[in-house]
Amino acid sequence: MIKKDTWVLIHKTILEPNQRAPQVPEDTKKVPLEMWVKGYLQKDTPEGEMVEIKTRTGRMETGILIEANPYYKHDFGVFVPELQVISEQVREILFGGDEK
Amino acid sequence: MKKPNNYASVMARKGDIMKESVGIDYSKFESGSIAFDYEKLMRETGYTLEEMQKIQHGTHVGNTPIIELRNITSLARRLAKPGYGARIFIKDEACNPSGSFKARRAANSVYHAKRLGYKGVITATSGNYGAAVASQAAMVGLKCIVVQECYDSKGLGQPEIVEKARACEALGAEVVQLSVGPELFYKFLLLLEETGYFNASLYTPFGIAGVETLGYEISMQFREKFGKDPDVVVCTNAGGGNLTGTARGLEKAGANPVIIGASVDLSGLHMASDTQFNKKSFTTGHTGFGVPFSTYPDRSDVPRSAARPLRYMDRYVTVNQGSVFYITEALASLEGLEKGPAGNTSLAAAFALAQELPENKMIIVQETEYTGAGKHIQPQLSFARSNGIDIYFGDPMGEIPGKSIVLPAHPSLIRVKEVDIEKMRQSLIKTAVKNYQIIPTEEDIVFLADETKTDTEFVKKVLKRGCLVK
Repeated sequence: MIKKDTWVLIHKTILEPNQRAPQVPEDTKKVPLEMWVKGYLQKDTPEGEMVEIKTRTGRMETGILIEANPYYKHDFGVFVPELQVISEQVREILFGGDEK
Repeated sequence: MKKPNNYASVMARKGDIMKESVGIDYSKFESGSIAFDYEKLMRETGYTLEEMQKIQHGTHVGNTPIIELRNITSLARRLAKPGYGARIFIKDEACNPSGSFKARRAANSVYHAKRLGYKGVITATSGNYGAAVASQAAMVGLKCIVVQECYDSKGLGQPEIVEKARACEALGAEVVQLSVGPELFYKFLLLLEETGYFNASLYTPFGIAGVETLGYEISMQFREKFGKDPDVVVCTNAGGGNLTGTARGLEKAGANPVIIGASVDLSGLHMASDTQFNKKSFTTGHTGFGVPFSTYPDRSDVPRSAARPLRYMDRYVTVNQGSVFYITEALASLEGLEKGPAGNTSLAAAFALAQELPENKMIIVQETEYTGAGKHIQPQLSFARSNGIDIYFGDPMGEIPGKSIVLPAHPSLIRVKEVDIEKMRQSLIKTAVKNYQIIPTEEDIVFLADETKTDTEFVKKVLKRGCLVK
């Protein structure tokens, strides 16, 4: 159960595949237009249920409750060795060679 | 009575919603045909240069430093023929409050919204502009909603866009995230209608006028430091506002450098495709926006876009993704400056272009952007690799957008690809005629000549070839 007033993330389908704009490409037409928005939960509710939230601007939105206290998961990724190769290369061209 | 909210009904109300939310009656500037009075629109609804400087000074925007990239210049000179290799400079726009030049556009829009008494601002953007609007709104106490295209149908988000959502939320904005598709505009219209907030579009006269200070500063700073204007200004081109505003500001300073637009080459990728969404490593500054917005500026979210890059562009070049990543790493390794890759699109181009010019010439890249988790070359390449993109060293000309990222095996392989600007000018003329389905008037022909930085002879020739005049 997630408590009322918790900061949560909800998910909602805005347009079903058959409601999508005529100009979208075929692959996009096969999937719905989805929305994710965060706000304060209005009632104690378990995850996965339809809920109402109040957003930072005070708007009300409804959708399926998917996460409580959502946080950012983006990072600096895994090591990319090529970047170090570039770093060595440009330093070598400019400052390297002609050893004293 | 509640208005119907289905897609067709909302799109049909577009004109009214726009008028309410931008506060401009665009019909005042229309001729009833292809032409409209662009300069009058800019004059009557924008701000003077002095007003803009005052507004931006009030929210700590602008007056960013110009940095000479001595080591990058030296590297370019090693690769150029003797006596060649222009001095390369950057305008460090990452020093603006939200970390990019977009603060200039946002400052004016938000100021205007506040002045007209709106309670909040909404903007539809997945880029730096969102954080810029959020930052400016925070300063003047307005509410802010940013609508982003962020995820594919598997729920996989572009790390760069997720980072921008974080920045917006950190600055107090509400972020509405959507999956891939142009119907973002539909949700955007619904939000405007629901809240009555101001549409802080990227393409209003105030937004574009806000960038004029950037071009003006470049000229003033160069004159103070070197006693003359730069010879070449390179602008990363997507929606066209960056180039348009900068060029207009340079013009207001009386400067007349060569203006070169630069975009990342993403040809072959469809921007509204769900499956291709996460196959690209650049969310802006690329040809997917740069080409269509140049040849048809009014495709934007206002009736008439104030961003009209073909009016000002002398040359348009593209670079591949791998070259931008390379130069971003070189900037950190040789100059000690860590900046975001999107802003370095022009730097990759300038590095190649400088080698075409003698050593006494000066070339400036007019922006940088902030970098961090998600929008740094390391996570972007890491993300690309995890999405099956083949990353290797080689000849960047062999890169296939969506399939590979080719890092130049040697900096001498960083080159620009020339976009046929003549063809783009023809395309703008043909698109305009096709959209209006009318025989162009004399006024239209003059307008189209201005739109394409050509003359009426050129326009007439194109119209004749397309059998679009009698």
